[in-house]
Amino acid sequence: MKTVYVDNNATTKVAPEVVEAMMPYFSELYGNPSSMHFFGGQVQRKVNEAREQVADFLGADPSEIVFTSCGTESDNAAIFGTLDSYPEKRHFITTRVEHPAVGNVCTYLTRKGYRVTELSVDREGRLDLDELKESITEDTALVSIMYANNETGVIFPIEEIGQMVKAEGIPFHTDAVQAAGKIPLNMKNSTVDMLSISGHKLHAPKGIGVLYIRKGTRFSPFIIGGHQEKGRRGGTENVPYIIGLGKACELAKKNLNEERTRVRALRDYLEKEILERIPNTLLNGDRNNRLPNTLNVSFEYVEGESILLLLSDLGICASSGSACTSGSLEPSHVLRAMGVPFTAAHGSIRFSLSIYNTKEEMDYIIEHLPPIIQKLRDISPFWKDYLKSQKKG
Amino acid sequence: MWEYTEKVKDHFLNPRNVGEIEDPDGVGEVGSLACGDALRLTFKLDENKRIKDVKFKTFGCASAIASSSALTEIIKGMTLEEAEKVTNQDIANYLGGLPEEKMHCSVMGREALELAIANYRGQKVAKEDFEVICKCFGVTDREIAKAVRENDLKTVEQVTYYTKAGGGCAKCHPKIEAIIEKVRKEMEKEAPPVKPEKKRLTNIQKIKLIEETLGREIIPALKADGGDLDLIDIEGSKVFVALRGKCSFCPSSGVTLKQYVEAKLREFVSDDIVVEEVRP
Repeated sequence: MKTVYVDNNATTKVAPEVVEAMMPYFSELYGNPSSMHFFGGQVQRKVNEAREQVADFLGADPSEIVFTSCGTESDNAAIFGTLDSYPEKRHFITTRVEHPAVGNVCTYLTRKGYRVTELSVDREGRLDLDELKESITEDTALVSIMYANNETGVIFPIEEIGQMVKAEGIPFHTDAVQAAGKIPLNMKNSTVDMLSISGHKLHAPKGIGVLYIRKGTRFSPFIIGGHQEKGRRGGTENVPYIIGLGKACELAKKNLNEERTRVRALRDYLEKEILERIPNTLLNGDRNNRLPNTLNVSFEYVEGESILLLLSDLGICASSGSACTSGSLEPSHVLRAMGVPFTAAHGSIRFSLSIYNTKEEMDYIIEHLPPIIQKLRDISPFWKDYLKSQKKG
Repeated sequence: MWEYTEKVKDHFLNPRNVGEIEDPDGVGEVGSLACGDALRLTFKLDENKRIKDVKFKTFGCASAIASSSALTEIIKGMTLEEAEKVTNQDIANYLGGLPEEKMHCSVMGREALELAIANYRGQKVAKEDFEVICKCFGVTDREIAKAVRENDLKTVEQVTYYTKAGGGCAKCHPKIEAIIEKVRKEMEKEAPPVKPEKKRLTNIQKIKLIEETLGREIIPALKADGGDLDLIDIEGSKVFVALRGKCSFCPSSGVTLKQYVEAKLREFVSDDIVVEEVRP
């Protein structure tokens, strides 16, 4: 059975070039970059080179790049590292649609006595910037708002938000884990103080992330240990993965245009065909302001896990915001925050593409998805009820 | 990804008895679109008051669809008195087990059956008579108590897995805890006597008991799936069998042997039974 992998917002294939770049640093060039001898020194030079590649990709200075173990660590480090630097301030602003790496930190902070404001979104997943403006107080220590949403792909106006936040002199963090590699990021003339990225979302391996910290930003280390990363993150560098991430960033910069043209065209094709061929299908998110690779659609009157497993049976790998897939009993917090009706929230499916996807793969999905939805609707008690109500209406 | 048994996958990919019976004798409906799963069960009786035909329509995940399909297979041919005794555990067992987080799917099946039988008898199972404990999923104290009793549940988390109650805003957790405590106290009072230790068997008794157990508990279930099994030899606690029919080339036959045949023999004969397959 062939595998059609369209779950790239969950994780991506490690690019062959990345694997190749990493390989010598396991068993041959395994020195510790902190060592005084030549054997460590040559590794340190490669780590510096990777740092430059990441900086170049982000339009940053290499000294502003801190390697972490993952996107979640980057988010946690940004939040705790800032709150620790402003102990007198007890207010944190974020949104209702963040990844759990930020969302569950909010739950923790609330328990610790912080006041947390979670900004709402509208039906298409957009923020109301007036709400943000009204939320900012003298007590606000940090604003953290994701660059683009992992489930819907909706992109927030980060620079506009940053201007409002910076005008009040408040630090601004953004989780750009999904945005990196899909839309251009340039920290040079940005209002962003801190930005998280994750290696495995852009064709580097799992287990490596970056926190960009703008020069002059107050920050206390989250992981305390050795002097690595200029004292901002203790722990011996994950050398092979850092080198892999450097290579992945170099590739991502090169491939950005393809993401925005060919990948977008594939996504648009898939979207158009699905919406045309399957009745009672709704698009989730802001059609005009989305990541080029992400498509989130809801099929009314059927449940997401069932769709996923039937797709999986054909080799198609996607994901869902339904309750059953998460192990929780409620559908995705993102779709609920958007007010997607229950008839649709449980039947949501996310397709997320990468540069490795092809038109043939889209055709394969387009061919097999309609009968799957029809099969499940034939089993669903609500579909017949709906058809009856349509006839009467 | 959930670890579903082959049987769950089979009943999900090829659900039995899908549909709605026109002019049914009994209808039972549970769940809603908001809850994320729902089941409509319809049945028709024959002249002997046995369930002649039963059909389901389900909105929900793979285990909800498989549980509904399994339920219809289990109760077909039963009298209503027999069907009444089917528990959610029976549905789960029929499927070779469900992930604990998904047990509510089997409970949904049992509830729909109960409602359908009540509907046939002209009884009303009114939710109004009971207190809705979990407002997020509309679960009553009666349903929670029943799940605790039938499945020997001990924690709020388990109650959520089995009934969904408490899986939303979590405000009802203290009330659920109170119900668990109350029901478990009742259960302790009426606790059945502890199962007597299995007595030591002579070899002859053991062989006889193994044969009986195979004939009564195991072979009929395998036959239902187009398979069969022959007893080849017994050496101490080792039981040698050969799988026949569909079982002989089924990729999950190893699982069948260990999780089903061996488990049943241990349950009914002796705890130290080991089953081994003899290949032709």
